Order: sequence, then structure tokens, then C-alpha cells
Amino acid sequence: MLPKPFKTIGIGVAFSPNLKANLYEAARLALFFECKLVIIHVGETSEEKIKILKNFLDNFKNEKLSYKILFKPGNPVDVILNASEEKNIDLLIIGAAKREKLFTYYVGSIARKITRKAKCCLLLLINPSIERVPCQHIVVNGLEDPKTEQTIATAFYIGLKLKAEKLTIVEEIKQNEIHVNVEDDKSLRKAQIIKERLRNRERSRINHIIEDIPKEYTQNIAIKSQPIFGTQGYSIGHYAQIARADLLIMNAPTKMSFWDRLFPHDIEHILTELPTDVLIIQ
Amino acid sequence: MSKKKNNIKTFFKALPKNIFSGFVVSLIALPLGLGLAMASEAPPIAGVIAAVVGGILVSLLGGSNVTIAGPGNGLVGVLLVAITTLGLESAYAAIICSGVILLVLGFLRLGKLADFFPSSAIQGMLAAIGLIILGKQFHIMLAHRIKRKDTIDYLLEIPFTINDAVHYDNTGLVFAAIAGVLSFLIMIFYSKIRNKYLQLIPAPMWIVILSIAFSYYFELVAHEKNPIALEYMISGIPEFSEIIAQLPTVNFSKIATFPFWTSVLALTLIASIESLLSIKAVDKLDPKKRRSNVNRDLKALGLATVGSGFLGGLNVVTVIARSSVNVNNGASNRSSNFFHALFLVVFIVLFSTQLQRIPLPALMAILVYTGYKLAAPENIRKIFKIGREQLIIFFVTLLVTLKVGLISGIASGVFVTFIIHIIINKSFGLFGRNLLKPNVLMYQEDRNYYVSVKHFCSFLNFYKLKSKIEAIPETEDVIVDFSLCKFVDHTVMENLNNYQELFIKRGGHFEVLGLDLHDTDSKHPFALRRLLPVPKLIKNSLTRRQKTIEELAEDYQLNYTSKKVRETHFLDNFLFFRTKKISYVYNQLIDKNKTLNTFDIEFSEGEFIAKEVIRSTMLHIKLNKNIPEFTLDQEGFLEKVYAFAGFKDIPIENHTDFSNRFYLLGEDTQAIQAFFTDDITHFFESNPYYHVESNGRDLLIFGRERLASIKEIKALYDFGKRLQQVVS
Repeated sequence: MLPKPFKTIGIGVAFSPNLKANLYEAARLALFFECKLVIIHVGETSEEKIKILKNFLDNFKNEKLSYKILFKPGNPVDVILNASEEKNIDLLIIGAAKREKLFTYYVGSIARKITRKAKCCLLLLINPSIERVPCQHIVVNGLEDPKTEQTIATAFYIGLKLKAEKLTIVEEIKQNEIHVNVEDDKSLRKAQIIKERLRNRERSRINHIIEDIPKEYTQNIAIKSQPIFGTQGYSIGHYAQIARADLLIMNAPTKMSFWDRLFPHDIEHILTELPTDVLIIQ
Repeated sequence: MSKKKNNIKTFFKALPKNIFSGFVVSLIALPLGLGLAMASEAPPIAGVIAAVVGGILVSLLGGSNVTIAGPGNGLVGVLLVAITTLGLESAYAAIICSGVILLVLGFLRLGKLADFFPSSAIQGMLAAIGLIILGKQFHIMLAHRIKRKDTIDYLLEIPFTINDAVHYDNTGLVFAAIAGVLSFLIMIFYSKIRNKYLQLIPAPMWIVILSIAFSYYFELVAHEKNPIALEYMISGIPEFSEIIAQLPTVNFSKIATFPFWTSVLALTLIASIESLLSIKAVDKLDPKKRRSNVNRDLKALGLATVGSGFLGGLNVVTVIARSSVNVNNGASNRSSNFFHALFLVVFIVLFSTQLQRIPLPALMAILVYTGYKLAAPENIRKIFKIGREQLIIFFVTLLVTLKVGLISGIASGVFVTFIIHIIINKSFGLFGRNLLKPNVLMYQEDRNYYVSVKHFCSFLNFYKLKSKIEAIPETEDVIVDFSLCKFVDHTVMENLNNYQELFIKRGGHFEVLGLDLHDTDSKHPFALRRLLPVPKLIKNSLTRRQKTIEELAEDYQLNYTSKKVRETHFLDNFLFFRTKKISYVYNQLIDKNKTLNTFDIEFSEGEFIAKEVIRSTMLHIKLNKNIPEFTLDQEGFLEKVYAFAGFKDIPIENHTDFSNRFYLLGEDTQAIQAFFTDDITHFFESNPYYHVESNGRDLLIFGRERLASIKEIKALYDFGKRLQQVVS
């Protein structure tokens, strides 16, 4: 049995038209994962605000949702980060904005700063809804990284809790691992052979990871492994979009330097165009 | 080890064919080399030197298989500017420098550089080059040498030159002009005459042979002076020994000047674009379906250009017209390029004095035709069909190239294309935000490759999509999905169409998805789907021939469709079409069992000035059993020549009459001999001649390479029907 990965879920709220949907999503997740819910609002307390929140959350009274409301004025980034550390929040939910007309989702500047600095897991929601939209397909990365094992295990846990039908593990193979430039028939054949070898290597690595996960998590879900060749971090988002995934689960980036921000890659790409709901595992 | 041995064996087996096609190519390369060099105001031999150096070095070091290297038509305009502004000796230095840059580009694997130019801009640039060649040489073709400052002035002067030519008093000039006009007519009408003996020698060589014969006639038979004015004869073709002994001085003193480097840049740009486009086009014609190593070819071309520059030759590029002639004459590997160079050396050694008997207007007629082909109104019509905005790009590039120069021309083409894309999408952000993103994802689904493209795909980022497609073997199934892509431009669509043809030719499958939405999407007025081959309806009124065919169909109880059908994959596996491009089939007559199909077909052979469009009537028979692959043709003089060049006739025992009269070709000799039983052999012996070809499952039968009359259609149909009975 895996240890329970989430105990406390946090959500930062503003009194926007999306409030109800955001709260409903957070409350449902807290129930699914059997967690406490902490609602953080950056700003002064007022009777009216508490009333509104309570009003919404009363709908979950029957299911015995335990929640706490926190009011704190200050810089939103600092407030949310401090609060999540104080309250031992291990999953922070952030609503993503929708860019007008273009139908692409992106993470606003505050949320982006939180994403970069947060020490807990993060869930970026692109389309919070009041009614529950079932989560059917989960895509998770299978990078060659020490964190990956934990990420995949968490993905199976979430899959079980949310009753997902399908879980795809995507191995992104970097272009420079092929180290053959396709120029003619001969180099093409060579590249094909190398690719096949890489695919097999990745597949067996993923299979080892899956074997270590308890049976009860893996038996009721269709598992697929898909190697893709492309830019790390970006291609998996593209894949999730094509595969119509409902949730994309990824490792947190290992390090973030000045250059990473100037030449965006990995997670930064995902943040500029969210393909679907994204969960970043620390 | 045994594989290597096998390679050597097949190489030697194919050698005679390659020597033969190298010979035919050298016949066209000689006059073109002389003409291109003279049009660039370089000594005439410079073009031949480029072809010889190019042929030898590129065949030894290059990465493509059936291409021919030599002086290119695209470079005439740039070389002209280089030679007039820098002088010949410094121009050689510029040629050498551009060769070095090409070499470096090859090492840096920058063969993809040519992908960054929108195809309408390239078309506009090529048309401008065509007009530059045409405008300048037209006057010389009519023996009226003029000097103007601007290219456009040359073009405007054309009517006056025609007027002058009609009123010449000097008989020398009259004869010169007549030679020019006659040569031009030969170039035009050569492709219309389908006679295989005539076709053995390419049109430019006919011009050379006829004009030399003309000059000898006056000298030896009429004992008169050649009536063509002396200043309009080619001069300055050195003996072979002189070429070796007197290397030109190369002057690097202008290397620090601005005009020098603009020339170098223009030479490199045009040389690489022309070569890369040609290599791509020739790859599609390669009978063995190989993939060229573009970067290796660039290296070889660069090295050859350096060598050619030091020996007094022009830039070496891959040339499309000569390469297509090469393929059509049965070349199968690089040795034909080598032999084409070798034959050119032989020509210069043996005939350098005879070449001085060629009148200049005759030679320039070849170039005028080349220029016309580059700038033909037909090209403009094609571009207009794609879209009005493409026409703007085309004309901006064309005019700027003519008025200012090549580099400004292509730069303005790129700029205008980008502006038009922004206007069409009403958004700069789409391009600005997404340009650097890796927007292409490729992965392998169960059996096929799936490629998805996001955001936008235009000439700016096509290289990303291209590199993914290039990594897929052409025998596989590919799906390219644009449903996440907001904008796809004409350059991309055209290139994808090329890939589609390539994949289908090599047994793969290439499908483009997700563009259905774009047509209806108001944000996307760029209705580029027009470019994909969509069957077009023929005009509703039928011609008289079609009406008669309709009657015939009723009479014989056949199904008749007059529509042009572009789906011609049932013909792909026939050897006859391996080096030809099928445009469409029409006027189909199909019998009830759908096994016999008589149809008219339009296909083309060769590229550019060597392009010939042929319409013919053929019969396709589906067999319900497998038979060996073979080709059966009438035995004639040409086949004897071919036999000499290594095509082997398969003899059938006890049927000497058959073996003498027919020419039977195929890989599997034993199976074919077993297949040609007494019945089948007798059938062929006692019936009229047809070209009969089998691809293993189907038969293709046709008579001449022209449309058949109704009577001939009936005969063909009857022949096919009886052959079907005999075979099955």
C-alpha cells in the first residue's frame, strides 16, 4: 500500500465569476482523496465574504467535508506560499485563465510565480465546472529522472481515486539521443534501428516501474506506454492535447535558472499553453 | 563481403546503360554549356569546364544518384552582374569564394536553408532570371547586338529588334537571324514530334549538328564563304591543350569590396536554391527510389565550384533538365554523370575547331527558349490558380529582381509573403509567439506514423515539420494532422503534395488531415486545399471524339466516363511510368467485369526545357492470376542500340521469328521463358504490334505515344480482349 500522497488540499480564491466552480472542484477533490481543504483568500476578512463561501460549501455538508477558511492581506504570491507551508498543504489548486478568442489557456503572472516557487504539488485547472466532468484518461510522463517513479505511482493512486479508465505513460526521447542525422537511406536505416532500440529500452524501464507498484492500483485501469520523439516538456503537452487527456501529470522541473526563463522549455512551455488540467508533482 | 561483391557486380552490369545515358546528356550539355557561358559574358568554354569539373567531382563525391552537375541557367543573371561589375578575373575569385561557402554550408548540414523561401517568391525569382536571359539573348538571336543599362530596357526593345530584323540589308545578318529563328523553331517543335530516331539526339544537339553541317556545305560543296556574318559566329574556343596550359589568372584584389561580396552571396544563394530544388525533383524520378544525401551533394558541388573557378569555369550546380534526360535514358547511378563529363572532354579534344562553325544566334535560340520556359505565362496562370495573394508575391519578387537585383528580389519576396500572412490572419502574435516553439509532434501509432502540427505552419517553420517527415521511411504510412494548426501556407501545401507523390511512388501512404475545417473557418480564407490534387470536372460539352467514344461504349456495352481522374495508382507499378509523371487519365471505357479499361492518358517525361507532355491511349487489363513482370516491344534499330548499351533481350526457344521481331525485357528470365508458351508466342506473332507490359498482376497495352483514333481504340480493345483470353 502506498502512503497517502495528499493530506491537505489548498486553494487560493478570489471573488470572481469562477469562484463557485473552483470551490466545487476543490471540494470534490478533497472528498475523493479524503483530505482537508484549506481555502486561502488574499485580503481582509468580512462577514459577507465568509457568508458567500459558506453558502457554496454547505452543499458538501452531507459528505462531511472538513474545511478551513484563511484570510490574509498582502502580496498574493507570498501569502499563498506562506500559508501552504504553515498549513502543510501538499496539493495546491490554481485556476488558469482563459485567453479571449484564442481558446488557449495560460497561467497568469501570479499563478506562474507560485508555480515556480511552490514546494508542494500543484494542480492547474483550465476548465473548472460545477458539475463533475469525469476524468477518463490520464497522461503521465515517464522521463528518465529520479522523481519519475514517485510521479507514476501518484498517477496510479489518482487514477484509482478518480476512477479513470486509461493511463498513458509517455516517454519523451530527446532528439540528441538518436545522434544520427537522417540524410539518406543509409542514415535513415541507422536512425530507425537506434529509435527502435531506444523504444525498447524505455518500455522495459517503464515496465519495471509499473511492476513495483501494488497490484490493486494497476489492475483496474488500461495502461498504455507511448514513446514520443520531441522536445522535452512541450511534446508531452501536445500529446495530451491530441490524446484528449483529462489530466496531465508531470514531474516538477529539477532546476530553474535565468536561461530557462529566457529560452522557455519544459514546464514553461506547458504553462504558456495548458493542453488540459495539469498536475505537477514535487 | 558478399553484399559488397554483389554491389560491384550490379555496378558493372549497369555500366553500359550509364555510359549510354551519359553520352546522351553530354549531347545536350555541350551546347547548353557554351550558350550559358556566353550569355553570362564569360568565354564559351567556361560552361563546358564547369560541366566537366562538376561531372567528375560530383559523381565521385556527391550524395545523389542520378543527377547531372554543370553550369546552371539560374546563375546566368548573377554571373552577368558579377562579370560586368567585377571583371572576369575577379568574377572567378567570387565563384571560388561562393564554392567555399557552399562547401561550408554542406559541412554545417545547412541543406535545409532553401526551405526558408516561400515557393511563390522562388517562382518569381526564377521568372525574373528567365526574363533576364530572354531579354538579353533575344536580340542576339535576331543578329541585333545592343547594349542597354537595364534589363527592362532589353525587354522593351524586343519589338524594335523584330522590326529591324525584317528590314536587314546585310545578307550576313539575314542568314544569322534565319539561323536563330530556325533554331528557336527546332526547340519549340522538337518535343511535339514523337519519332524515336529523332528523339535519340536532344534538340540542342540537332541545332549544333545542323549548323555545323550547314557551314561545311558551303565550304566543301558550294565552295563559298559561310554566308553568316563573321561577328555572329562563336569565337574563342581554345584547343584542349590550351585550356590546360593557360589557366586564367584569378584576381583576389577586390575581396575587400562590397560588390564582390554581394556577388558571392548572390551566387551562393542561387546555386544552392537551384541545386536543392533540382535534387528534390530528380529524387522523384529516380527509378531505384533512393534518397539523396543533400548535404553531401552540397559539399561536392562546393568543391567542384572551387575547382571550376580555378580552371576558368563557372559555378557548378545540379541541373534539372539534363538530369531528367539522364533518367529517361536509363541511368541508374552516379557513373552517368562521370561519363557525361568524360564525353564532353572527348568532344572538346576532337571537335573544338568544328564548334567554331556554330552561329551565335543558333546557340542563343536555345537560351531564349530556356528563358521563355522559366518565365512562361503558363507558370503565372498556375500561380493565379493557387490564389491571388500568391500572384502579388510573385510579381513583387519578379519586379524587384529585375529592377534592383536578385538578393533584394528574394528578400522582398520573403518580406511580402510574411506581411500577407499577417494580414490574412489579422494577427502578428500568432507568428511572433509561436515561431520558436517546437510545434510538431511525431509518434508511432500501431502501424503508422502520426504527425501533429500546432499553431501555424508556413515557410518560416516548415523545416521543423520537414525534419520529422524526413525521418520516416517512404514505404510507411503517415498521417499529418493540421487540426490544431490555425494557418497553413502555400509553400507547406506544395511541399506536402510533393511528399505525397513521393510516398505513393515508393509504396507508402501519406495523408493530410484536419484541413476540412479551415475552408469553412472565416479566419482562414487561404483556401489552399486547392493545391491538393482534386479531380476536376471536365467541361460539360463533349468533343466530337468523345461523342464517338460514347457511341462506341453503347455499341460494345461498356461504361464511359469522360472525367479527368487524377487517381492513377493502378499505373504506378509499371516500368514504363517509373521515370514519367502521370497528370491524369480521362475518357475511360470500362467493361462490365471491370477488368478491361481503355483510357486516354496525359503524362510528362523530363523536366524543364527537356519536358515533353504526351497524350496517349492505353488499355489496362486486370488479370486474375500472377504472371512474371516483363516488357514486350517491337524490335528495331533503337533496341539494337539499347541492347548494345546493356539492355538484354530474352530469347524464346524454338520461336526465332518471335525473338527476331520482338524485344522482350524482364528480370526473371526463367519465369518469363516459361510464361511465353507456344500459344502466347503465336498470338503475338500473328497480331499487330503493341507495346505490352506486365507488372505481375496487370497488363498495360498501347500502340503509339499519341491519342488513338476510334478505329484504333476498337483494334486495341479487341487485341486486349483476345490477349486476356490467351493469357488466362
